[in-house]
Amino acid sequence: MNSNKPTAYNNRLGIKGWVYAGKYTFERYLYLGHRLTGMGLIAYMLLHIIETANRMRGVEAWEGLMGLFASWPFKIIEYLLFAAAVFHALNGVRLLMTELGFFLGKPKEPVYPYSSSIKRHRPLTYIIMALAGLIIILGGSSLFFP
Amino acid sequence: MSDKTTTPREITFRVRRFDPNVDAAPHWSEYRLNVYDGMTVLEALHEIKAQQEPTLSWRSSCRMGVCGSCGMFINELPMLACQTQVLHLGTDVVSIAPLPNYDNVKDLVPDLAPLIEKHAAVKPYIIYLDQIEIDEPTGEFLQTPDQREEFSQFTHCIKCGLCLAACPTVATDPLFLGPQALAQAYRYTADNRDCGLKDRIEAIDIFHGPYQCHLAGACSQACPKGVDPAFGIQLLKRALVLDSIGFGKKKSSVAKVSPLADVVKQIEEFAPPPRTVGK
Repeated sequence: MNSNKPTAYNNRLGIKGWVYAGKYTFERYLYLGHRLTGMGLIAYMLLHIIETANRMRGVEAWEGLMGLFASWPFKIIEYLLFAAAVFHALNGVRLLMTELGFFLGKPKEPVYPYSSSIKRHRPLTYIIMALAGLIIILGGSSLFFP
Repeated sequence: MSDKTTTPREITFRVRRFDPNVDAAPHWSEYRLNVYDGMTVLEALHEIKAQQEPTLSWRSSCRMGVCGSCGMFINELPMLACQTQVLHLGTDVVSIAPLPNYDNVKDLVPDLAPLIEKHAAVKPYIIYLDQIEIDEPTGEFLQTPDQREEFSQFTHCIKCGLCLAACPTVATDPLFLGPQALAQAYRYTADNRDCGLKDRIEAIDIFHGPYQCHLAGACSQACPKGVDPAFGIQLLKRALVLDSIGFGKKKSSVAKVSPLADVVKQIEEFAPPPRTVGK
């Protein structure tokens, strides 16, 4: 075994490979958004358990914490959380439908210029994203201007 | 072929270089070249190698988008160098790097071994349960055009590996089977002659299998042959779901056209009459 054998360079993109969507299509950005919001929601669930555990420290501690959450910075964070949940849920519905083969069309012989299932289900993507945007705007108006 | 009757345009090529015998990490080198209308990136690399940098390395063969050897990361997208015209890129500076998500052997040469290993892992062949029929066939399998259309699109894969270079899941999960292998798993699963899903499930219905795909669509965007691997993965997921709830394909739905013995008999029946002249 020759220990001086030249070694190949590890060219795996790693985290940059999924964070940087670059010149790829709209769905590639939705992939990024779905993963980021998913991670955000998991982080929130952990924080939520810690937050509710404060009830065990007595009424004063609990009410103090609730007072903090009523402040504007926390309202904005709460809104971002709401927006992430709406996006993740609706995009998840889109992914579920495509995973069951809906709205993708049928396989067919590829003829240039090629048509892909991604393009064929894009109308559904736009409708779902428009719906998510509408719910996020309406939710924001009720949260900030009750 | 490039059209040398048109006015050339000077293009700067930023090429990522790496020599494992000398370099610890890759570096970029720039080459200027007069590019003619119709000149492909592969032709430009040949010109650079002939005129400016004889040690420049890459892998290519057919020059017509069939062999899948010349996959490169051109202007930050995976493409076949032989199918990409330099002036169609629309930039004065063209960056060329080896395909990401593969080990870089030298300059623009990726190590495609993981692609082939994953492809082999999903049992990319027709599995027919009756081994006696496989060894000693008694008839031809019948396949209608509609049955062929179910998987025909996925047979066009040339194993260039661009889809794995584009896939954001492969970027972070080296064990993910990836778009190429999963689309091929569907290609054989959807074939009416195949009854091997049960065998194939062990290889594909795993943590690093199709459910790691969240439909980024980058693989289908990158595919130079219109195979649409993202579509294949979604159809594979559906096949797995149907199988798990008992609605999957239980066995091959293939029928025989006719026994081979009958075919031979028919050939004998319709044979031309014996010669009567020139005996």
